[in-house]
Amino acid sequence: MIRQRRRSVFTALAGALALVLAACGSGGSDSGTQEQLSAQDVQAALEAGGTIKVWAWEPTLKEVVTGFQQKYPKVKVELVNAGTGDKQYTALQNAIAAGSGVPDVAQVEYYALPQFALAKSMTDLKAFEADKFEGTFTPGPWTSVHAGEGIYGLPMDSGPMALFYNKEVFDKHGIQVPATWDEYVAAARKLHAADPKAYITSDTGDAGFTTSMIWQAGGKPYQVDGTNVKIDFADEGSQRFTTMWQQLISEKLVSPVNGWSDQWYQGLADGSIATLVIGAWMPANLQSGVAAGAGKWRVAPMPQWEAGGKATSENGGSGLSIPTAGANKALAYAFVKYATTEEGVKTRVDGGAFPATTAELTSQEFLNAEFPYFGGQKANEVLSQAAQNVVGGWSYLPFQVYANSVFNDTAGKAYVSGTTLSDGLKAWQESSAKYGKDQGFTVN
Amino acid sequence: MTAPTGTRPARTGGTRPRVAPLRPTRRPHRAGRPKRSLLLTVLTGLVVVYSLVPLVWLLINATKTQAGLFSSFGLWFSDDFALWDNIRRTLTYDDGIFARWLSNTLFYVVAGAGGATLLAAVGGYGLAKFNFPGKRAVFAVVIGAVAVPGTALAVPTFLMFSQMGLTDTPWAVIIPSLISPFGLYLMWTFAAEAIPDELLEAARLDGAGEFRIFFRVCLPLLAPGLVTVLLFTSVATWNNYFLPLIMLKDPDWYPLTVGLNAWNAQALTVGGDVVFDLVITGSLLTIVPLIAAFLLLQRYWQSGLAAGGVKG
Repeated sequence: MIRQRRRSVFTALAGALALVLAACGSGGSDSGTQEQLSAQDVQAALEAGGTIKVWAWEPTLKEVVTGFQQKYPKVKVELVNAGTGDKQYTALQNAIAAGSGVPDVAQVEYYALPQFALAKSMTDLKAFEADKFEGTFTPGPWTSVHAGEGIYGLPMDSGPMALFYNKEVFDKHGIQVPATWDEYVAAARKLHAADPKAYITSDTGDAGFTTSMIWQAGGKPYQVDGTNVKIDFADEGSQRFTTMWQQLISEKLVSPVNGWSDQWYQGLADGSIATLVIGAWMPANLQSGVAAGAGKWRVAPMPQWEAGGKATSENGGSGLSIPTAGANKALAYAFVKYATTEEGVKTRVDGGAFPATTAELTSQEFLNAEFPYFGGQKANEVLSQAAQNVVGGWSYLPFQVYANSVFNDTAGKAYVSGTTLSDGLKAWQESSAKYGKDQGFTVN
Repeated sequence: MTAPTGTRPARTGGTRPRVAPLRPTRRPHRAGRPKRSLLLTVLTGLVVVYSLVPLVWLLINATKTQAGLFSSFGLWFSDDFALWDNIRRTLTYDDGIFARWLSNTLFYVVAGAGGATLLAAVGGYGLAKFNFPGKRAVFAVVIGAVAVPGTALAVPTFLMFSQMGLTDTPWAVIIPSLISPFGLYLMWTFAAEAIPDELLEAARLDGAGEFRIFFRVCLPLLAPGLVTVLLFTSVATWNNYFLPLIMLKDPDWYPLTVGLNAWNAQALTVGGDVVFDLVITGSLLTIVPLIAAFLLLQRYWQSGLAAGGVKG
């Protein structure tokens, strides 16, 4: 559940990763022979006790582990931060390839999960009766842990998108909160004209943001059916996004600051970056990283393509999966369930995480929470609403980790040269397709 | 910075002071003072500024709160002076993991750099003072090994250690640190010049065993070189980043470098605690022991040089 710039440093690593995956992927459709696990088996395992190793970087899991061990004193959970995002995937893939040191549970972001699912590196939790959780989670993340018929993890958090904006800056320049993307572009012009140091947002090319925006616009650039993959950034939804965003880039209305850098945090604090269109997990980062913005920021629904619309998309978010090579699956599943559907959810929400479960998202306690950071606004009302309105039918590539790693070398050029975003996406498409073919996928 | 020490003892201390006053002076009023080159002074000044600015930046910014970091000019203090609070929070953050990383780093330095220095001394002495077939081949390998950066070997080493089941253990960091081709080469040339063959012959005639000769007679003579190698390998081990990064998964075994980077990466993590202030203060605390080691060892190193000068 990290959102960072993926640079070509990781390209080689990601390449090695997908190579292994494709090799495994071509061989396997053997999910039928998988071991079954019933609720009784899990209970028995909990009573017998044991040790499991969990690879995750999500900070609130530390408390969850404490709670879990208190409830089941015979079980010991070793929580290891084996790296964030693609660093962990590389380590995980290395461990799986080496056949040793594979954790029992691993945190995997939604965009990366298809890659592991296709290679059967993760256990299909349907055999553990995970399909009974249909309805427990909001549709976005629940769809995200599916690959084909299988369920390859349980959603831990979600990132329905919303508009975070600096009300102080908006008020100072008399800017209304934009409800549509046209209004957003207009607001960007007005703000930058009024204060040349201020920008509506920052963007230097971010694969996760771009795909989430296309997702909301109704674009479906990735069609995946097993190893048959179609990539097409010429579809209507993608074009909608590029046409709008191109105006911001061409008119230099977005700040050229890399997301998640110290400069970015500084911009968010001093008002030079006035809005963020980003996942609902952002409040925790604002509170710890942009303390100076307390009381100034507010949350509004994501701007729409049609006035009166409600469409949103998911940005980031991750689930907990159980590697096929893990040793203790029953205990692993017990922990995954505890963290994603049982007491662990409340622990995580209390720690500032944004849940993926319908019950928490609709509870009065959650909805009525007033955020002092957002000037007392009941921010969760907006965010929870966003979670209900995620556009369906989206899928990521089974080699999205690699694809995202080359985004800046292709589409990213639109931000620094005369290339248009549309042409940039075309280059990204070609680069992704070529890689897919090299890995044995049938592309287009 | 280390290379010159190997050759200095041979340059029998004191030539310069003896000669300088005797040199005929063409310009009476500036006697004995070499002409100052403006260009060199400016260049040296630039290098000094270039080296010190990051340090000054670190020192200044370690006194700021996170909000102060964002709102103040980088090379001057902000209104709030939070150095002591930052240090306290750095040491207590996340159940005091910083202290654990510090002790890990110290452990890696003592075991890794200490071991490397000892091996370099033993090996360099052997190569300098004993003749055996294949010596030239060893020389070629050592010279070649100096040219290979450790970073390039990290991944092959990882794969090898992975098969041996050594990854994610302190051994994975210590064992590669034990090898210092540069240190070996330095000790070799140093031993060749600093230990007179006559001394060895005398010791042998007196009936001393080879180990006794090495530890009692030669090691004291090698002290200045040892300090140089120790300093060199200590810095390398202290700053070692890539190797522990790929070898270690368990934060309990991280050295400071990898740990600080993990703190820095929290800013990239959703829900992560953004602790730029602690990263900066932690970095400052990390270099303090290195600076202290330099100052302390430098004194010892100079006294070693002086002692070496007597025999000339």
